[in-house]
Amino acid sequence: MSFTIETVRGIAHLARLAVDEPELEAYTQVLSRSLDLLAQINAADTTGITEMAHPLDVAQRLRPDAVTEPDVREACLAQAPAADAGLFLVPKVIE
Amino acid sequence: MHSLSVAEMASALTEGQCTSEELAQVFLDRIARFDTQLNSLITVDPERALAQARAADARRRQGGCGPLTGIPIIHKDIFLTQDQRTTCGSRMLERFVPHFDATIVARCAAAGLVTLGKSNMDEFAMGSSNETSYFGPVRNPWDTARVPGGSSGGSAAAVAARLAPLATGSDTGGSIRQPAALCGITGLKPTYGRVSRWGMIAFASSLDQAGVFGRDARDCALLLELMAGFDPRDSTSVDRPVPAYSASLEQSLAGLRVGVPAEFFGAGLEPAVGAAVETALAALKDLGATVHPVHLPNLGLSVPTYYTLAPAEASSNLSRFDGVRYGHRCEQPANLEDLYKRSRAEGFGTEVKRRIMIGTYVLSAGYYDAYYLKAQRCRRLITEDFRRAFETVDVLVGPTAPEVAFRLGEKTDDPVKMYLSDINTIAVNLAGLPGLSLPAGFVDGLPVGMQLIGPHFSEGRLLNVAHQFQRETDWHRQLPPAFA
Repeated sequence: MSFTIETVRGIAHLARLAVDEPELEAYTQVLSRSLDLLAQINAADTTGITEMAHPLDVAQRLRPDAVTEPDVREACLAQAPAADAGLFLVPKVIE
Repeated sequence: MHSLSVAEMASALTEGQCTSEELAQVFLDRIARFDTQLNSLITVDPERALAQARAADARRRQGGCGPLTGIPIIHKDIFLTQDQRTTCGSRMLERFVPHFDATIVARCAAAGLVTLGKSNMDEFAMGSSNETSYFGPVRNPWDTARVPGGSSGGSAAAVAARLAPLATGSDTGGSIRQPAALCGITGLKPTYGRVSRWGMIAFASSLDQAGVFGRDARDCALLLELMAGFDPRDSTSVDRPVPAYSASLEQSLAGLRVGVPAEFFGAGLEPAVGAAVETALAALKDLGATVHPVHLPNLGLSVPTYYTLAPAEASSNLSRFDGVRYGHRCEQPANLEDLYKRSRAEGFGTEVKRRIMIGTYVLSAGYYDAYYLKAQRCRRLITEDFRRAFETVDVLVGPTAPEVAFRLGEKTDDPVKMYLSDINTIAVNLAGLPGLSLPAGFVDGLPVGMQLIGPHFSEGRLLNVAHQFQRETDWHRQLPPAFA
């Protein structure tokens, strides 16, 4: 198998996903099969080939540095699971 | 009324044979009657639809209407709709109500189209069968034991069953073309950058493109005309005039050079599907086209390349769902890390989590060069194959999918099997090309789709070829018997 349970546990942490032990086993098996598929790209000869990040190979467009968006602060805060006094609330991070 | 083309419906409205309100009611009634069998819609809002229809009628009386004013449409639930729930097929966004419209939603509204509802889809557009939706699978109107394809399965099934004459979709690896093929309708994925992505929930930003579903090429042309075009809010939107697609449909196909890539007809293709496409190719020849064998030698690399790049981009895009600003949040988080991890674990389904993890892995230190950069180089090899092919031919033709609609559950236990079913569509996204799928026959009562692929910005040519084919065939007029 391409992945070990320990590797998948590490990836789940990097991806900030809680995965319990029985699930970890299942993910390890399925992700290993996926990785075997992905590894087929290793057979391609890409000597001298430049990476392609954008399908039209265009550069990022720039715009004038001017304020164009309206104030949507209240509308955004209204979407939050927890907000108060104009702030998003999260569990305490500083003791 | 429901079996008419959009052009015919528009004439009926213009001639006063019916009102937009009556037209909307026809489709709302069909949704109420049939969608319990299909599950093609996540949200239906009759009051909102009828209010928009009455506004369209008023506009028509004042003489300020366009070609699609008063025509009903369904938007894929990946497009933000102001004050209307937008879920992306996920528990993460089960109660998400956006405060603005996606650009294409706003453009459709400005043109007077009437939104009937929001269509079901694979969660975050990750799937090829519409079975990963949190809101349950969509069923194929031609056989409800089979899948409609994905990820825009709800839009395709709804148009195929004539629950709406038009629908929007998004296509990252085939999510418009493959469901259009499996449901027997016409679907077009435009050139990357042709249609705005603003307000379309991001999956893989270098591949995502919004597009259209309709009964036939003319209906798709009419809708694309008003959706396409530059949007300063999308940094990858292309600033280039939009041709009148519906004005070039009648162009002759005499002298059209059609390339047939041998790789589309290789192992894994259901022979009867291949035979249907061969018959369709003969019809194109009768219309004056010449057919030439071509090669896309790196096509086989497209599945592993796509399933490296798309999850990498997805892992980055979906990191925004953190349980803090919007979307699902777990109960009683112990600390911030627990809040992130449990909110995401509960909010995302299994396939989305798999792709986030694979994407995280290929972007992680030590593997970035071997997987992510290597895949970006393979992407260029695949794109170069197309560039070379278009030096000698105008369009490429092949089957959209290697098989007809498969049974629900047939591929859910093996994601790799599911990924391989995208073999004919994903290279087009990697190269950013436009692709169109249209009905080209039936195998055992199930529709076969033919794919047309053209160079960048050749949407008009693809629609022209499809329209000429549809003038000579009636595959696109067939209705699934149970939904006639």
